Amino acid sequence: MQFQVSDLCCTRAGVPVLENVSFSLSSGQVIALRGPNGIGKTTLLRTLAGLQPAQAGTSNLAIDQIAYGAHADGLKATLTVVENLQFWAAIYGTTDISTALSTFDLENLTARQAQNLSAGQKRRLGLARLLVTGRPVWILDEPTVSLDAASVALFANAVRTHCDNGGCALIASHIDLGLKAEVLDLTPYRARPRTQATDLSGFDDDQDGAFL
Amino acid sequence: MIALFLRDLRQATRAGGGFGLGVAFFLIVVVLVPFGVGPESEILATIAPGILWVGALLSCLLSLDRLLALDYEDGSLDLLATAPIPLEAVVVIKALAHWVVTSVPLVIVAPMLGVLLNLPGGAYGWVVITLLVGTPALSIIGAFGAALTVGLKRGGLLLSLLVLPLYVPTLIFGAEAARRGADGLDGTTPLLMLAGITLASLALLPFAAAWVIRINLR
Repeated sequence: MQFQVSDLCCTRAGVPVLENVSFSLSSGQVIALRGPNGIGKTTLLRTLAGLQPAQAGTSNLAIDQIAYGAHADGLKATLTVVENLQFWAAIYGTTDISTALSTFDLENLTARQAQNLSAGQKRRLGLARLLVTGRPVWILDEPTVSLDAASVALFANAVRTHCDNGGCALIASHIDLGLKAEVLDLTPYRARPRTQATDLSGFDDDQDGAFL
Repeated sequence: MIALFLRDLRQATRAGGGFGLGVAFFLIVVVLVPFGVGPESEILATIAPGILWVGALLSCLLSLDRLLALDYEDGSLDLLATAPIPLEAVVVIKALAHWVVTSVPLVIVAPMLGVLLNLPGGAYGWVVITLLVGTPALSIIGAFGAALTVGLKRGGLLLSLLVLPLYVPTLIFGAEAARRGADGLDGTTPLLMLAGITLASLALLPFAAAWVIRINLR
C-alpha cells in the first residue's frame, strides 16, 4: 500500500492555510506532523479524512481506508465503556472489542459509564475505537492529549503493532512518541497571505475608472 | 444502523436523556388549556383536536435541538461522517429514534388526555391515526432543521424559527382530519394529504439534511 498526497491546498473558513503539501505514506510507516499552532495541522487532517474539500491537489487516500481520530473522542457520556466500543464496532462492521480493551488497559473499566471516566481514560477509550474500526490508515489529531507517560507508551505500542500488521499512521503531535516516525514539518507549506495592497489598488483604479 | 438506533434509544432512556420530556410537556399543555379556556364543554370539544395537535407539535419541537447538536459537540458526528454508513442513513435513523422517543409516547397518551378536553367520542380514532401518520414528518423536518443549525452554539431559537413554517402544512392537514373526525365527517382527504407530506419529507429531506451537515462540518 502506498498513498500519495500531492500539491494539496487546504482552506479554513475560506482562507487558504496550506499550499502544495506533498508527501507519501506507505504500509508500516508513521508520519509525525509538526508545525506551530494555527499552521493548519487539523485542517490538513480533516481534508484528508474527507470532512472538507481540498481547494486543489490530489490525494489517493480512499475515505473508506481511513480511521480518523479527532480532538473530541465521540463518546456518549451515559453509555458504558463496552457499549461505546460495541457501538463503533457495529458501525464499522467488526465484532472484536477485547483486543482494543486490553491494548489500552480498559479491562477494569468496562462497566463504567463514560461520564465517570477521567480525561486520560476517556482519551484511551477514544483511541481504542481506532482498533475496532479495522481500517489501515490512522489519521490522528493530537492523540496524546491528557495521556500520562504510561498511557502514551500504550498508545505507541498500539501504533507499532498497527504498523507491523501493514497499517500506517499520520499523527499530529507535539510530543515525541518514541516511534520510528518520519517528521513532516508543515511550516514551509504555509499559504502566503495575498498581498492586499496590490489587490486593493487594482480595485480602486477600476472604481475610479467607472466614475470618471 | 441498528446499532445507531439502539444507541440513541439507550441514551434517551438513561438519566438526563430527555425521554419523557415531550410527554411531560404535552401533558402540561393539555392540562392547562381547560383552565385557560374555561370549563364550557362545548368549546373544549370544538378545540380539542387542534389543541392535541398543537401540543404534539410543540413537544416535538422541544427536543429537536438535541437531535444532532449533542453528536456534534462530542465529536461523534465527525466520526459518523467518516464511518462506512452514509450520512443520509444517519439522519433517517436519528429522526426515527427521535420519533420513537418523543412522538410514539404522545400518540399513546393522546386518547387519555382527550378525555380532559372533552374530545367527542368519534374523534379518538382520528386523533390517534393522524398523529401516527403526521408525527414522522415532524421528526424528519426537525432533523433537517437540526442539520441546518448544527454548528451553531445555542441554535435552538433559530431552529424553532426555521422549522415552524415547515410544520404548518402538517399541522393544518393533521388537525383538519382530526376535526372532521370529531364532527362526524369523513377525514380521508386531509389524512391522505398528511400521509403525502410525511412520505415526501421522508423521501427528500434526508438527502438535504445530509448535504447540509457535510457543509456545516467543514
